[in-house]
Amino acid sequence: MAFGHDHELHTRRFGRNLGLGLVLAAFVALVFGLTIVKVSEGNPMQAFDHAPRPGMAVPEAER
Amino acid sequence: MSDATALDHGPEAQFGDYVALLKPRVMSLVVFTALVGLLVAPVGVHPMVAFASILFIALGGGASGALNMWYDADIDRVMRRTQGRPVPTGKIAAGDALGLGLALSGISVVMLGLASNLFAAGLLAFTIFFYAVVYTIWLKRSTPQNIVIGGAAGAFPPMIGWAVATGGVGIESVLMFALIFMWTPPHFWALALFMKDDYSNAGVPMLTVTHGRRVTRSHILAYTLALAPVALALGFTPIGGPVYLAVAAVLNAGFIRGAWRIRARSEDAALADGYAAEKAFFRFSLAYLFLHFGALLAQAALRPYGIGGW
Repeated sequence: MAFGHDHELHTRRFGRNLGLGLVLAAFVALVFGLTIVKVSEGNPMQAFDHAPRPGMAVPEAER
Repeated sequence: MSDATALDHGPEAQFGDYVALLKPRVMSLVVFTALVGLLVAPVGVHPMVAFASILFIALGGGASGALNMWYDADIDRVMRRTQGRPVPTGKIAAGDALGLGLALSGISVVMLGLASNLFAAGLLAFTIFFYAVVYTIWLKRSTPQNIVIGGAAGAFPPMIGWAVATGGVGIESVLMFALIFMWTPPHFWALALFMKDDYSNAGVPMLTVTHGRRVTRSHILAYTLALAPVALALGFTPIGGPVYLAVAAVLNAGFIRGAWRIRARSEDAALADGYAAEKAFFRFSLAYLFLHFGALLAQAALRPYGIGGW
C-alpha cells in the first residue's frame, strides 16, 4: 500500500469518525462553558494539585 | 492485508445507526418533559447549566434505550415495529449496544452530577436502572403489568428537571411524574390493540395477549378515568393556573371520550374500520401529553405578567 493512501476502511468509516470527532469537540466545548459559568457564579471548587491546602482542612473545633 | 479486513463483514454501521440506538424519538419526549420540569421550578437555573443538564438527562435516556436494544434484540427481530433497529438488522453487534449503553449511562450520570447536583444525578441513575433492569430485563417478559410499572421510567424526566433546579422533590414534581405514569398504560395498550400480532408473536405478555382485547379496552378506560384527577390536581399546585386547568379539562374530556369509544367497540367493529378509533386515541394521547406540559410552560411564561398561577 502506498504511503499516504487510505485503507478502504477509512473511507467507509469517514462519516462515523467525523461524527464522533464532532461529538467529542462539542463535549469539550460544553465542559469549558460549564466551567466558565461555575467559576463566574462563584461556586466553590478546587482542583487537586498535590499542594497542602489549609483552607480545606476541617477546623479543630468541628472535629 | 491488515487486521481491518476482519471487520469487513456485514453491513457497515454509520453514525446515524448509533444515534438510532439511543431511541431519538423517545429522547425528544424526555428532553421536552425534563425541560418543562426545569423551567417551571421556582428556582432559576443558569441557561448553560440548564442546557447541559437537559443534554445529559437526554443522554441518560438514550443510554437506557441502547441497553434496552441490547437485551431485547431477540424480541426486536420478531416484531415488525422494531425489525429495522440497528441490532436486529445486524449493523451493530448486541455487545456494542451494551458497551455504548453502559458507557453513556456512566458519562451522563457523572456529568449531570457535576453540572447540577448529586440528587438529580442519583435520580437519573435510578431511572436508567429502572428502565434497563426493572422494566426491560425483569418485567417486560414476565407480567402483563410490564408497561404499568415500567412507565415509571418514562415518568421520571420532569422530576429530574425539577431536581436540577431545586435539588429535591416537591408535590409539583411528584404530580408531573404521576401524570406521565398514569398516561403510559392507555397510550401503550391502544398501540397494542392495533399492532395486533406483534407482541404475541414475540411472546411479550402484553395485556392484549394474556387477558384478551376486551379486558384491555376496559383497562384503557379505567386508567384514563384515574388519570384525569391527577392531571387536574396539577392545575391546583403553584405551577398550575387557569390556563393549565382549562387545557387539562378539555384534553381529559377528549381522552375519556376516546377511551369510552374504545371500550364500547367490539373487535369486529374495530377490524372493519382498520382500528380507526384506537389509532385516533393513540395519536390523541401524544398530543395530550405534549399539550399538558406545553400548558405548564405557558403558565410559567405568563406568571411574570400576572396572568395565571395561583
